[in-house]
Amino acid sequence: MRILLIEDDRQMADYLRKALAEVGALVDHAAEGREGLLQAASGDYDALIVDRMLPGLDGLGIVRTLRASGNRTPVLFLSALGEVDDRVQGLRAGGDDYLTKPFAFSELHARVEALLRRGVAEAPATRLRVADLEMDLLKREVNRAGTSIALQPREFRLLECLMRHAGQVVTRTMLLEQVWDYHFDPQTNVIDVHISRLRSKIDRDFDPPLLQTVRGSGYMMAAE
Amino acid sequence: MNLSAESVRGAGFDLRMRSVRILRSSIFRLALLYVFLLGVSVAILLGFIYWSTAGYMDRQITATIEAEIRGLAEQYRRRGLTGLTSVIGERVARDPVGSSLYLLVNDRLEHIVGNLDRWPAEFADDEGWIRFRLRERGPDHTEEHEARAQMFLLRGGLRLLVGRDVRDLEATRALIQDALSWGFAITAALAMLGGWLMSASLVRRLESVNQTSREIMEGDLSRRIPLSGSGDDFDQLAISLNRMLERIEILMAGVRQVSDNIAHDLRTPLTRLRNKLELLDAELPESGAARALAEETIADADELLLTFNALLRIARIESGSRRAAFASVDLAALVADVAELYEPVAAEQGQSLMLVADDPVWIVGDRDLLFQALVNLVDNAIKYTQPGGELTLSVDAADGRAHILVADNGPGIPHALREQVFRRFFRIDDSRSLPGSGLGLSLVQAVVQLHRATIELTDNRPGLRVMLCFDQ
Repeated sequence: MRILLIEDDRQMADYLRKALAEVGALVDHAAEGREGLLQAASGDYDALIVDRMLPGLDGLGIVRTLRASGNRTPVLFLSALGEVDDRVQGLRAGGDDYLTKPFAFSELHARVEALLRRGVAEAPATRLRVADLEMDLLKREVNRAGTSIALQPREFRLLECLMRHAGQVVTRTMLLEQVWDYHFDPQTNVIDVHISRLRSKIDRDFDPPLLQTVRGSGYMMAAE
Repeated sequence: MNLSAESVRGAGFDLRMRSVRILRSSIFRLALLYVFLLGVSVAILLGFIYWSTAGYMDRQITATIEAEIRGLAEQYRRRGLTGLTSVIGERVARDPVGSSLYLLVNDRLEHIVGNLDRWPAEFADDEGWIRFRLRERGPDHTEEHEARAQMFLLRGGLRLLVGRDVRDLEATRALIQDALSWGFAITAALAMLGGWLMSASLVRRLESVNQTSREIMEGDLSRRIPLSGSGDDFDQLAISLNRMLERIEILMAGVRQVSDNIAHDLRTPLTRLRNKLELLDAELPESGAARALAEETIADADELLLTFNALLRIARIESGSRRAAFASVDLAALVADVAELYEPVAAEQGQSLMLVADDPVWIVGDRDLLFQALVNLVDNAIKYTQPGGELTLSVDAADGRAHILVADNGPGIPHALREQVFRRFFRIDDSRSLPGSGLGLSLVQAVVQLHRATIELTDNRPGLRVMLCFDQ
């Protein structure tokens, strides 16, 4: 997995290179906008991590230029600007995801993995499956080991999101964005309560447990 | 249909409000003073015109009568009684209408010659002038009108009276009076109308300055006072004010820039700190005091960052810039989503969360911020209400206002503290042990102000009722 990191803050860049290398990514780094654009356009990368505020050419400009020239490499914006408008601007410029500084590395890692998965064009699925848990997206039905499980609409969306990212960590923020569709800071760990409800429906009476808690990061659907 | 009826009533109301505003404006009072002064000057002017026209005619008559008497006295002195009577006879014959009056009587007031049948009973003044009522000598009408005459005593006890029927003069005078009165009334009416129109136009222009100031105070710093384009002194004032506003906006943008820079410059090192702690945490043995300590430190750093983010967020909301992104929001759906999100959390505390929201209630606003504000309120309600408590979340609309109610039966907020809870970092002593930054309600208030809505905390006996009130 090759990642280009365009970030002017040297310490942040060093840290991200080190941390991404640890999870097995090959990281190139550009510290300036125009240089970053050249590298992104010429290199063959699986994902770009782009800071919004850069000397030379800003992050939005880089991504707009890349998209205009037909480059479809997944892009994750990093920014200290976390307002909804800023996020919308970023996504409109052609970014695929937007992460506000400060962030935990586990958050970045989870999002980069999700981006790489998105990059692989797959046929729209009508059924999702993790071990013996099955979800029929057309009939809106879930069953595990042949037993039908009744879910509330929101629980269904929550489970769908987790199953689509099966084998990957999904953070609480990602769940809030994708399942609840509001951008807000939950005051308490509301998500945990919803997860534990979901878990009681899909995991309690079955073995093995599929919905794992990843300490310090989020949740993951996986057969052990 | 409803909407149009509403807007008609709104327009009438607006017009009435504007009239009241015009009447109360100092400009209108100035205009009234001006009308009064103008009225006084016009009255003086018209009085002078009256005096010089009607008075002139009066003086003309006096002079004619005096000249005639002098002439007749001369005749009498030269030609005796016969001469006088023949001259009077001639003059009476020459004036069949009878506008000139003559009467010559002897010392027993017996008629000698003239077109008056008897000597008037009225007394004359020192100069021999007399005013009396003249009965019209007509066959079918007996009209009375005023006459003026001078008497003159001739030698031999004869008395001569020469006068004029002044009914024409009276008529002319009445005509002039009428004309002048109408003139005065029309002038006054025009002056009032002019004063009203002038006040209305000035009030309108001042009102546009006022309106702009209000919008700016509500946080829209980009607003400017419209110019009429005539370059008059109002435009000059508006240009000066606009320049001042520009300067303020630049300064404010500077302040915001600084806070953005703080966000960028301070949050980045904070991120680094946090991430290094994370790396450190991963290096430490799975179960050990050091690891627990590292994780606590990470949690502390997260809390610091959250507080910092919340502060910056409030500042950004207060700047009002997000109003540009307002769209239609269904409060009923929004509140239902909040209830759905928090119902499991309440259930975990053994609390019940009741939702009362039926029909869509539309307002114009920012759905993410409204959601955040409601999340903060519901979160507080759950946090401060005892296990087993009851929470209510409801939406309704009436009279063009939309209401959201968040109520609980917890300990409530003492009356004296209901204003203070909106202050940044304010926490009620009893709640200091609970997690929280003391910024939740400050953010709610910022969101409420951004929507030009109101928030009211009241006693739910027991508990707290938070009522948000929006214009629809």
